[in-house]
Amino acid sequence: MELLAFGDTGWGDELFYATLMTIAVSITAMLIGFLFALIFTPLKLSQNKLLNFIANSYTTIIRGVPELLVIYLFFFGGTGAVMFVASIFGYNEYIEINAFITGAFAIGIISGAYSTEVFRGAIQSIDKGQFEAANVLGLNKFGKFFKIILPQTLRLAIPNLSNVWQITLKDTSLISVTGLVEIMRQSYVAAGSTRDPLFFYSFAAVLYLLLTFVSMKLINRLEVKYSRGY
Amino acid sequence: MDLELMINSFPKLLSAAAITLKLLSVSLIIGLFIGLFFAILRLNKNIFINKFAYGYSYVFRGTPLLVQIFIIYFGLGQIEYLRSTVLWVILKEPYWCAIIAFALNTGAYTSEILRSAFQTIKPGIVEAGKSLGISNKVVFYKIQIPIAIRQSLPAYGNEIILMMKGTSLASTVTIMDLTGVAKYIISTTFKPIEVFIVAGGIYLFMTFIIHNVIKFLEKKYSFN
Repeated sequence: MELLAFGDTGWGDELFYATLMTIAVSITAMLIGFLFALIFTPLKLSQNKLLNFIANSYTTIIRGVPELLVIYLFFFGGTGAVMFVASIFGYNEYIEINAFITGAFAIGIISGAYSTEVFRGAIQSIDKGQFEAANVLGLNKFGKFFKIILPQTLRLAIPNLSNVWQITLKDTSLISVTGLVEIMRQSYVAAGSTRDPLFFYSFAAVLYLLLTFVSMKLINRLEVKYSRGY
Repeated sequence: MDLELMINSFPKLLSAAAITLKLLSVSLIIGLFIGLFFAILRLNKNIFINKFAYGYSYVFRGTPLLVQIFIIYFGLGQIEYLRSTVLWVILKEPYWCAIIAFALNTGAYTSEILRSAFQTIKPGIVEAGKSLGISNKVVFYKIQIPIAIRQSLPAYGNEIILMMKGTSLASTVTIMDLTGVAKYIISTTFKPIEVFIVAGGIYLFMTFIIHNVIKFLEKKYSFN
């Protein structure tokens, strides 16, 4: 138990901050994912074949290629890409991108592909009559989307989005390969310096279980809130 | 774009893909048995057996695969007692540690898929079998299992693809699978995009094949 003490003698405080880091990366990645879903869901539903193709390529590639490979692409390729863009503007010094930003972005792109599929499915399963009724009521485009379609989409999407959240949360463990100090990286460091990998990796597993358990409880509340009236 | 590098790395990545497929198929076969075993435990009326099976699937589905591999590969080696048993022959090999972790992980997901498939079988079908005088055992093997397999095919197909992506984590415990070799080439040439295109292409091709095989099986075993 003294291994988990707070302060200089134990790893308690380090692991506590690492847990906060995991939560921060997961939430940032999930939000970046929503941003991608916001762009690609309309493309998926569009009538235009080219736009359709772009969106389908995005979701197919990301969902068919291992997360770790995507992370390596961003980890090794991110710096080069940013420096290339900077060199166009005449800046030729070495730029190092923050591991948090690289990691959140890589996981965000992955999470976005799953979110896109969830939103597409949810919007497609809304009854056509709802769109027609909104038209008949004379609502404008924004009113139609925010008052009629979005609330119903959310109700249908939340159970699946909670799966996406679980996947995103677990995927953040892979960012540890880039050196960002989240739960997995901190456990790796602690296991290395105390030579007690069994304890620290098991403790990491407990922390992840705790995170999934608590987030499921919170999401269940949201689900109840959005299924009022059903 | 460095076309030469892409062409040169293709055969290396392709032979690494064979290791990925080997990891995948061995862990899927073991995982299927584990999954079936725990699905049957989940359907048991005894609350302790039931809770035990639920706990297994909850823990393995609620923690990242990376943690599971690290516990088995780095963690179990720490137990002195294990080192003196026959098990150590298996546990000192990263290849088998990875397979154990993958099999336990996919077993947890498979048990959930099979459990829900068993639960969606209409009681009338089982009753029909019984009223024909067929024994419980035969009803289970000849009626319930074939229907459950058909019901679970779409979800199991997804699980196979997820597991294929999961095998990439074997590269974290020194196994040179497709991702491991890709990472090695990237870190020696600093050409991440080219290598990603080739390695990603091979992964996508495997996904495509698995997807179509499952689709074919679904059609073959559909009820109409």
